[in-house]
Amino acid sequence: MSWITALFDGWAWRMAWRDSRHGRRRLVLYAASMTVGVAALVAIGSYGNNMRRAVASQAKTMVGADLRISGRHAFEPEVEAFLAAKVTEPHQAERADSVSFTSMVAFPHGDEVRLAQVRAVEAGFPFYGEVITDPPGGRALLHDAGASLPYALADPALLAQLGAERGDVLTVGSREYLVAASLISVPGESARLALFGPRIYLPRASLDPDLLARGSRVRHQAMFRLSNAAAVDLDALRDELNAELRPRRMGASTSQSTGEGWAESIDRMSGFLSLVSFVALLLGGLGVGSSMHVYARSKLDAVATLRCLGAPASRAFAVYLVQATALGLLVALMGALAGLGVQQLLPAVLADLLPVDVAVSVEGRAVAMGAGVGFVVALLFALLPLLAVRRVPPLRALRRAEQASGRDRLVAVLIGGLVLAVFGFAWMQTESWIVGLGFVLGVGIAYGVLILLATVVSGLLRRTVPRGLPYTWRQGLANLYRPHNQTRLLMVTLGLVTFLVLTLHLTEEALLQQVEFSDRNDRPNVVMFDIQSDQKQGLTELVKSLGLPIRQDVPMVNMRLASVRGVATEDMRNADENGRPRWALRREFRTTYRDHITDTETVVGGTFLEAAWDGNGPVPVSVEVGMAEELGVRLGDELVWNVQGVVIPSVVGSLREVDWRRVQTNFFVVFPPGVLEDAPQFHVLVTRADTPQAIGDLQRAVVGAYPNVSLIDVTLILSIADAILDRIAFVIRFMALFCIVAGVLVLFAAVVVTRTQRIEESVLLRTLGAVKSQVLTIMNVEYVMLGALATITGALLSLGAAWALTRFVLDTEFVASPWPLLVTLVTVCGLTWLVGRLHSRGIHTRPPLEILRAEG
Amino acid sequence: MTQAPMLAVDALHRTYASGAGTLTVLRDVSFDLGRGESLAIVGPSGSGKTTLLGLCAGLDQPTSGEVTLDGTALSGLDQDALAVLRRDRVGFVFQSFRLLSTLTALENVMVPAELAGRRDARKAATELLAATGLGDRLDHHPGQLSGGEQQRVALARAFVNRPALLFADEPTGNLDGASAERVADLLFDLQSREGTTLVLVTHNDELAERTGRILRLKDGAVVSDESIAPSAPAVAAVHPAPR
Repeated sequence: MSWITALFDGWAWRMAWRDSRHGRRRLVLYAASMTVGVAALVAIGSYGNNMRRAVASQAKTMVGADLRISGRHAFEPEVEAFLAAKVTEPHQAERADSVSFTSMVAFPHGDEVRLAQVRAVEAGFPFYGEVITDPPGGRALLHDAGASLPYALADPALLAQLGAERGDVLTVGSREYLVAASLISVPGESARLALFGPRIYLPRASLDPDLLARGSRVRHQAMFRLSNAAAVDLDALRDELNAELRPRRMGASTSQSTGEGWAESIDRMSGFLSLVSFVALLLGGLGVGSSMHVYARSKLDAVATLRCLGAPASRAFAVYLVQATALGLLVALMGALAGLGVQQLLPAVLADLLPVDVAVSVEGRAVAMGAGVGFVVALLFALLPLLAVRRVPPLRALRRAEQASGRDRLVAVLIGGLVLAVFGFAWMQTESWIVGLGFVLGVGIAYGVLILLATVVSGLLRRTVPRGLPYTWRQGLANLYRPHNQTRLLMVTLGLVTFLVLTLHLTEEALLQQVEFSDRNDRPNVVMFDIQSDQKQGLTELVKSLGLPIRQDVPMVNMRLASVRGVATEDMRNADENGRPRWALRREFRTTYRDHITDTETVVGGTFLEAAWDGNGPVPVSVEVGMAEELGVRLGDELVWNVQGVVIPSVVGSLREVDWRRVQTNFFVVFPPGVLEDAPQFHVLVTRADTPQAIGDLQRAVVGAYPNVSLIDVTLILSIADAILDRIAFVIRFMALFCIVAGVLVLFAAVVVTRTQRIEESVLLRTLGAVKSQVLTIMNVEYVMLGALATITGALLSLGAAWALTRFVLDTEFVASPWPLLVTLVTVCGLTWLVGRLHSRGIHTRPPLEILRAEG
Repeated sequence: MTQAPMLAVDALHRTYASGAGTLTVLRDVSFDLGRGESLAIVGPSGSGKTTLLGLCAGLDQPTSGEVTLDGTALSGLDQDALAVLRRDRVGFVFQSFRLLSTLTALENVMVPAELAGRRDARKAATELLAATGLGDRLDHHPGQLSGGEQQRVALARAFVNRPALLFADEPTGNLDGASAERVADLLFDLQSREGTTLVLVTHNDELAERTGRILRLKDGAVVSDESIAPSAPAVAAVHPAPR
């Protein structure tokens, strides 16, 4: 590697500087296409560290306590005694309890009703961090015992929706509350929670006990502040508590474990975003590689001359190695600076997803890391074409056609290095070599398919150009195939950008279509749940009195699995080797009983019992196929259930496929009639209301007569799904933006690189008598067709990807509307044309010789 | 004791593999050239002139035969050693000038001197450019110079390291009459002043006749080796001089 020693030769640096004299602006442009990727990497890396730091420093605030115990039912006396013995007494702990559940909230003055997430908290909550309200001081009011009505804090979105404000009265259950303030932030809750329903905070003591007694979805929490928290090993305490609490289906968490959990989430999120940034970097890298290829070709004669004048190959190569190094440094430096700017934008993109306040600051290590990755990748991409310089025969100075013979092994080594660098980066970001390998393969396959499509599409165009086209059109199309043209590079880079944007759009469209499907025609669109058995008759009559039909009346019984095929689930949960997911064994199954299948179900195995159980042998139950796979059971296998203390043996009598996309009651397990009728149960009623007015009337009537009953409006679910998709799509679009900008810069670079060729052709055409309009038409045809080819390439790939995604992942029908394709086609063609024309300005107005001299 | 020739070419063969079989470009070419002498290689297009020049300068390798430059057999040298040999003892002038377009006239002339590690590169280059009449064009780039001026810069570059041997490939081929005359004058003036051995490839008979000897090639073989005496040129034997 004598060229490495040559790198330390002052002559190489002097020559590199002199040689770059006419190309520095171009080098900056090449670097710019990679700068975007580095900027994204630096920004994500630095902001990721900001987030980790914030989570680490605000872990206690996130939980609001040192220790939190939670469960789905009220704490039993044994649990209370255990907590007193293990927490309250030994650590002289303060305690604050809370319950949370979903309930209807009504504003009597406006007759408005909404489903909200209700949190009823005791005075100590939270021990750490602040509840921010507008106006300030809302939390203190929450526990003001002197008020005529208890106070509530409500999400500003809820108040805005209902036209309510501070001082208005709202009703939760049978109790009324005065709105004390709007809720800005609560420790440990990110703004994204509001997407799932607005929050209401109430004093625990004021809560309507009926809501807890009857409701089935209450989460109970006890929060502790330990007087000696700093001296306690919280993780050890948590593990000790969990050993006792887990069997009771409760759990303990600490600020430490919560912080670690969030840190892991942040790692995953920033890992994913870094990989997207890396795609932008690789896109720019392709541009750099291709531009440097053209650059290196333009230097071959100069290198041959240097070799003739006595420069060994290593010294001649060192000149360009220095330039590649400078390019890499430029990429790193410009990327780092731009990244620090982008970092300032990230809070607007990501802050809503986090439960802590993140202070934006420069994280030196992350900046160095991003810049370092940019430098290495830029150097590798730039060196790949420059390697040819090493093998320029000096004889080329006498005979231009002279070329190096044989293969250059170093090219393979460098490509290997590049693949390793991509793999190493992905591995480092995801901390999984399998994901790293998957990323390398994914990127490789995507580029491979794009190159293949680009070749096929351009080949087809070349063969199908009609001979009768005017000369200017034929010449414009022929220009796409001129030697050393950037056609394929642009088809790949612009194609990849088109692919990213279109796939995102098509998938989003398919998802929305999936949820909107549920709201079509006369499908049921209002679901009422948590209906107690003694309320069912009355509620049914109420619904009918409003002129609405009862589409479904479904009983629900909660139960848990006691054993699967003769093995107690408790034993299986302790042994990980059984291969069944813990959630499937631990979950509470909401089951129903009926003698028929619904229109969302298809029996795929066994026989669904369409009659009451005759009492002989184990009960034949019907299990959804996916759940049967999770549990590892087949037809005839035994499942034993614990129905609130009563053990019921069953066998898998049939397997069903369920269309979960339909917003109605669907079940993993269905019992036949004649088994669960006497078990504690509640009911779900499903109806259809055609207008928002009818839904509003039903909401008001239900909340007035049955405050514990929750009512879900399907349109609300649609709006939530839409909001969540929007949020995720916004983050992905923001990241895709980097790929788009990188693609446009590659386009710029490619047009600049081929400018000389284009000018020579233009001058030749004008010398031969072509008028300005003819030269312009040729150029327009070339650029527009280039954009069209790139769009077609990307669109084909994206249609394939979106189809596969909807068919195999979302399991829905794929319908591609032509409008996004058309808009993308026009946009990419227009952009390509614009960039091309911008870089060709002046060529047509000046005399041919003047242009040649100026460019010389 | 007889002084060793500056350039000794012995039974040089050069063939290329082509689609139609083997193509012989040079066959059995031999000659010697003493120090300070000048030789013109002439012949029709495709006769092997440029191939011979490339082999003599170590830019290409013969299929068989040997080239000895200033006592050093080129066949024993690797590419780096050949480059160093060219740097220290050889100068080049090309038909198409081969100036580096991104460098100024001065920087172009400095290149060989800088490659040789000379600290006085700038001074030597400035002086030479002044001697070629380009003292006021030092900072001009090749694109800003006429063809004649560019070739004068190339001459200065060729002489900056005071080479023992200069190879010139059609040095006036791309120039108009007046410029060609001026460049030729300068070339022979510098050659005689520096005592440089000159190997010149040309189509131009007038230019060839300004050298001391003309080697005629046809179809890759030497057809005559003619010494030109100032008074009466004599036809020498085609065979090389005894060594």
